[in-house]
Amino acid sequence: MLKISDLVKEYPGGLRALDGISLTVSEPQVVAVIGSSGAGKSTLIRCINRLVEPTSGSVRLDGEELTTLSRRALRRARSHIGMIFQEYNLVERLTVMENVLSGRLGSVSLWQAFRRNYPSEDVSAAFELLDRVGLKGRHDDRADALSGGQRQRVGIARALMQKPKLLLVDEPTASLDPKTSRQIMRLIYELAHERGTPALVNIHDVALAQASADRVIALSDGTQVFDGTPEGLSPEVLNDIYGEEDWSATIRKVDDDDNGDENGDTEAPVEKSKPAPRDIVRNGAVAE
Amino acid sequence: MNTGAQSSGSYPDIWRRFSPAESVVRTLWLMLIVFTAIWSLRNLDITWEYFLDAHIQAGDLLTRMFPPDWGHTGQILDPLLETIHIATLGTIVSFAIAIPLAFLSARNTTPNWLTWFIGRFFLVSSRSINTIVWALVFVAIFGPGAMAGIWAIAFRSIGFMGKLIAEAIEEVDEGTIEAIEATGASRLKVLLIGVLPQVMPVIYGTTIYRWDINIRESTVLGFVGAGGIGIELYSSINLFRWPEVAVMLIAVLLVVIVSEFVSATARQKIT
Repeated sequence: MLKISDLVKEYPGGLRALDGISLTVSEPQVVAVIGSSGAGKSTLIRCINRLVEPTSGSVRLDGEELTTLSRRALRRARSHIGMIFQEYNLVERLTVMENVLSGRLGSVSLWQAFRRNYPSEDVSAAFELLDRVGLKGRHDDRADALSGGQRQRVGIARALMQKPKLLLVDEPTASLDPKTSRQIMRLIYELAHERGTPALVNIHDVALAQASADRVIALSDGTQVFDGTPEGLSPEVLNDIYGEEDWSATIRKVDDDDNGDENGDTEAPVEKSKPAPRDIVRNGAVAE
Repeated sequence: MNTGAQSSGSYPDIWRRFSPAESVVRTLWLMLIVFTAIWSLRNLDITWEYFLDAHIQAGDLLTRMFPPDWGHTGQILDPLLETIHIATLGTIVSFAIAIPLAFLSARNTTPNWLTWFIGRFFLVSSRSINTIVWALVFVAIFGPGAMAGIWAIAFRSIGFMGKLIAEAIEEVDEGTIEAIEATGASRLKVLLIGVLPQVMPVIYGTTIYRWDINIRESTVLGFVGAGGIGIELYSSINLFRWPEVAVMLIAVLLVVIVSEFVSATARQKIT
């Protein structure tokens, strides 16, 4: 369970990127964080694992206060928080397997990391995850040989290798085409629920956020202006978040080509037996 | 200039790359360079008579070198091999020292400003001293021979390799580093898994390139007694045995061409 209270981040020069954010995520759910560029989405996510140091406030993960941890304790805490990035941030010159296994760096010795000598249960978990994200057989390919969508799948596998208590996801689809974006968001949704891991997802695409999240939070100028279900995002609310605009074309208009989604193309299929996240959300049957 | 006025009145028909002020500054710079060149020439006390008959002297030298003393080939193979060994061992020693030094000297991987300063200090010292001067120092320490040559080559190479690798480290993709930090990895693990793979091509490329340079540099180390073919070359020149000198120059040229080829091929293969 993640509990953020009164989180403030003021950058040198006076910019207040976060101005007293309070937020609780108490169940394994996908929380989409929306808001315009510069609203503080990235800062919020990075203040949780302290890639950005918060100025004040509290972040508790399963009861443990993260903001005051020593460097060593912070590293241990980070090893239980998975992170997924917009530009995937893979080590391009390493293989898919090395990238996925790097999710275990928090639990192996430097020498083991140097020899790439990861415990056998980590290796089998990595193979299983690669299969799950649709990259079976690609483990020896170099990361820079993959397409954008495939790289993001590696990024997801790397984060899940950490057996995270929480997933921080920063604009996972901003560098991907619309179709791949939807597949990636669905994969994140499914994995978060399969593994009982709450996920905080920064996302620009409002329609995609509505379609693939259990809950939506909106930031504007470092403050929270909305917290509710995807259905609650009315044009009035969107005006509050982004300013005046015609929203009729945006809301709830994610294309309905779900069934055709898995056909062909380089993007590997995700598991079909699971209902698409949007359906789960619509039925209100969020996995607990 | 006059065409612009005909076609369209709404656009300016005069364009100058430099403003009048810029032109003046550029002219001043040009004058300064000319002045410096003249001043340097006057100061150097060049004997112009020697300069004027240089082509005759050069031709004369060539005739004295020809035909090369091919019988001498057998005697230079060993020192030539020694030259290559000195270059290779010197490169290996500098590799081992330059990599940790490069991490100390890169702003994004050095622990604090003091370690950064120490790293930079060694890199700059290494580069500011010529290989021949290093060789003189190490001949004084180890006595004449290959050992002095190896260390001379190594010490000059450390600065070169360290500087280039440190610059590559400073330019690694920060996003990747952030991702590895987010896994809870320690500093050293971030260097090992996040930074090192990104700079490996530069490390390989620089090392091979430096090995190539070192082969050329080690051919003259013998002039100051630090081993290799330079000793033979120096004594043949002093004894005016120009046909022998010719053979050695040809041999060195061949070795350099081969090492250049090996180096270029190897660096091309690195991605």
